[in-house]
Amino acid sequence: MSRSDWEVVIGLEVHAQLNTASKIFSGASTAFGAEPNVQACAVDIALPGVLPVLNRGAVERAIRFGLAIGANVAPRSVFARKNYFYPDLPKGYQISQFELPVVQGGTITIHVGEGDKAYEKTVHLTRAHLEEDAGKSLHEDFHGMSGIDLNRAGTPLLEIVSEPDMRSSAEAVAYARTLHALVRWIDICDGNMQEGSFRCDANVSVRRPGGPLGTRREIKNLNSFRFLQQAIDYEVQWQIDTIEDGGKVQQATVLFDPDTGETRMMRSKEDAHDYRYFPDPDLLPLVISPEWQARVASGMPELPGAMKARFMEQWGLSAYDATTLTASKEVATFYQATVDAAGVALAKPCANWVMGDLAARLNKAELDISASPVSPAQLAGLVARISDGTISNNIGKKVFEALWNGGGATADAIIEAQGLRQTNDAGAIEAMIDEVLAANQKSVEEFRAGKEKAFNALVGQVMKASKGKANPAQVNELLKRKLEG
Amino acid sequence: MIHASLTELRAALDAKQISSVELATLFLDRIAAHNPTLNAFITVDRDGALEAARAADARIAAGQAGPLTGIPLAHKDVFCTEGLLTTCGSKMLSNFVSPYDAHAVALLKAAGAVTLGKTNMDEFAMGSSNENSHYGPVKNPWDTTRIPGGSSGGSAAAVAARLAPIATGTDTGGSVRQPACHTGITGIKPTYGVVSRYGMIAYASSLDQGGAFGASAADCAALLTAMAGFDERDSTSLDRPAEDYTRELAAPANDRPLAGLRIGLPREFFAEGMADDVRAAVDAALDEYRRLGATTVEVSLPNAKLAIPAYYVIAPAEASSNLSRFDGVRYGHRAAEYRDLAEMYAKSRAEGFGAEVKRRILVGTYVLSHGYYDAYYLQAQKLRRLIAQDFRAAFGECDVIAGPTSPTTAWAIGEKTDDPVQMYLSDIYTIAVNLAGLPGLSHPCGFGAGKLPVGLQLIGDYFGEARLLATAHQYQQATDWHLRRPG
Repeated sequence: MSRSDWEVVIGLEVHAQLNTASKIFSGASTAFGAEPNVQACAVDIALPGVLPVLNRGAVERAIRFGLAIGANVAPRSVFARKNYFYPDLPKGYQISQFELPVVQGGTITIHVGEGDKAYEKTVHLTRAHLEEDAGKSLHEDFHGMSGIDLNRAGTPLLEIVSEPDMRSSAEAVAYARTLHALVRWIDICDGNMQEGSFRCDANVSVRRPGGPLGTRREIKNLNSFRFLQQAIDYEVQWQIDTIEDGGKVQQATVLFDPDTGETRMMRSKEDAHDYRYFPDPDLLPLVISPEWQARVASGMPELPGAMKARFMEQWGLSAYDATTLTASKEVATFYQATVDAAGVALAKPCANWVMGDLAARLNKAELDISASPVSPAQLAGLVARISDGTISNNIGKKVFEALWNGGGATADAIIEAQGLRQTNDAGAIEAMIDEVLAANQKSVEEFRAGKEKAFNALVGQVMKASKGKANPAQVNELLKRKLEG
Repeated sequence: MIHASLTELRAALDAKQISSVELATLFLDRIAAHNPTLNAFITVDRDGALEAARAADARIAAGQAGPLTGIPLAHKDVFCTEGLLTTCGSKMLSNFVSPYDAHAVALLKAAGAVTLGKTNMDEFAMGSSNENSHYGPVKNPWDTTRIPGGSSGGSAAAVAARLAPIATGTDTGGSVRQPACHTGITGIKPTYGVVSRYGMIAYASSLDQGGAFGASAADCAALLTAMAGFDERDSTSLDRPAEDYTRELAAPANDRPLAGLRIGLPREFFAEGMADDVRAAVDAALDEYRRLGATTVEVSLPNAKLAIPAYYVIAPAEASSNLSRFDGVRYGHRAAEYRDLAEMYAKSRAEGFGAEVKRRILVGTYVLSHGYYDAYYLQAQKLRRLIAQDFRAAFGECDVIAGPTSPTTAWAIGEKTDDPVQMYLSDIYTIAVNLAGLPGLSHPCGFGAGKLPVGLQLIGDYFGEARLLATAHQYQQATDWHLRRPG
């Protein structure tokens, strides 16, 4: 039997670290990379007698997320204790949300694939809840012991749980990428996957199409999109092989080993903890008033979906362009600023430059668009000069390169300094054409013999003679007239 | 000076009849003389006390004394005290020196009170007799073969024996009121949320509440005023303006100062189970209240009988989780030898916790387990709401509720240690008050067989502390039970 006889079912749990300055239940800093245990206060190390106090900034970020995905932001939610022993869990319980999470429901639209095979899909979310992170166990050599770093203990997390709506690793990755872009877009998480700010767990099962759900295994702690894809692909094949070999998939938690590209068992269902959840008596239920929610809503940025629709409906961009330009907050912000400076009439050429030459140049230089040496205003100035015929598109590329290299403050300055202004003087162009025709009699004869290509060669010669400054449309027109006349 | 009230001590200090250092020395010397017998203190901080007393004397000399400046006091060892051993009566924390002060401790320090030391208690505040301490049982000053009550037995015994004029305590199911009752002193547990729990080592978070011990309601009022108040570090702390709990302690205006006060007598508290000697003293106290102008009215708390089973689900459930942090990893007792992490946990906790603590952790773990949570924990929470509703209804008919604090006088050390359920049942009158979060007070109202003190419990509506204290104060203006001292 082949893989196409099986349907893959995937749900993701994503832990997004919220970008608050202090921890979710204490005043200690959340900054990454400090010396071990210097950012762990009395509450974080769970001294006897200390108590948690909820950081409202973390709640506000959860509300932003709920609003962004069209979820129900619960007017009343409850913090619960998840009890288990581990050395990097100082209280012996994690404060999380269980029965009543702060964000309930919601959807995220994803774009999967490219070209003709591209499609859109709506992924439903089950919930998102607030919780605290644990510390880290350091299993390096501490004279035969393990080290504990509690700097991360108490860092606020939003655990975002999807329904099992995804049917391939490609969909899972598309969802994870879209979610990643969204949490950065609404500025609740820095999205730094190397530092663990955005971590994915994937619940994977396979079934016969239309059949009942298969038994799932959960792949823990995937911290790159590539690993997410690899881990799911391996896991899916492993489950199919296991079943086709007459075996059964047992519910389990597994880890992905990037070195071998394989998943391996971490614990089986039998080893699963009984977490003995119960409402945390140290914290009152979290009440979010309509006023609070409205206040947060009024501070929300335009969301990618709305922005995309605006680009299409008001600026006339294609769906592809609008999707590409709203794929990340940085690109969208850059593009919006460019159009703001250039004018809405130039929205389309601005889009072409941002997605084309600028994207390629950034890619080559391995730079993020937020670090682009060419600013939106500079790019807008360039697009304006091409559109108004001051320079040709080809000269535009030259000006762009000069802007990139700091060769001038504006496109205008570069055009002036380098004398790149396009020649629209018909007399001057005609004079150049006459010279070129005189010097290229062979091409002229070829053209007259019916060789269209020869025409292009002649245009090229004229442009060369003008050092690229002749208006190409004018050159075309005048040359045609001369040859046919 | 040993038997003086806080008012008298304040006057003496302000008049420079005695210095704070002399006063502290007086009590430190009494501790040195009597603590070997009573075992009321785990830690005595002579140096720290004298240093604080010197600072208090300077404040008094500068004319900047507050009501408690220079007054010695003792803290139950459940309160974290910076630089001092804070054991919670447990081997688990027998090496724990707190790096910070509990909120209540910090407030009292700031008020200029002088900490003499830390008092003995049932381990992690679990017990009704003070026999569950790693540091040995506390003896009742009225009869050293008897228990002082618990879990704040050390604080109660210290105040009763005048080893300290006042002391802090905590009350989760009666742990201030019941030892106050058995040692013949006054103790108050305020409304849940009045005293910050920050720095108070948690037993059952939704029930724990700091309280005050003194010889009289007036002394308790002064101490409570200084230790209460909103604390943003405790999310269950009530954000209300600070209160002066002494404000209603007027001298009797006439011979019927309590005229108009309606005292509710719960039918269920007087039905059965109360020892005869306790009943006689309680009845006499109610007669006295009527003489003072109060009227009594029968009320009903039909669900009060469910308080003990509800409590023994909720409190152990919370405790099983609260005590998880004592794992030997970061502080506290760690087993000397272990092969792996699991054994380190198991041995450290097996060695560090006493029998009653283990019993409650086991019960709590069980009732929170998958498949049992609904049947136990959720049911208990429903009972809790019913019990609170009973009180709401009762307070529609009366201003305060009165009854016995404990069904018997203090029993003999060792008498109930083999039967935990009998021990639990002794808290029948106090536990419902914690489940409802109401304020409660116990004051002495006579003696039973063997010259053992009997206490009367007064229960108030939410935030009724000042009224409770004023009510008890009027009784104490007319009677002298609170002035009796153990021989």
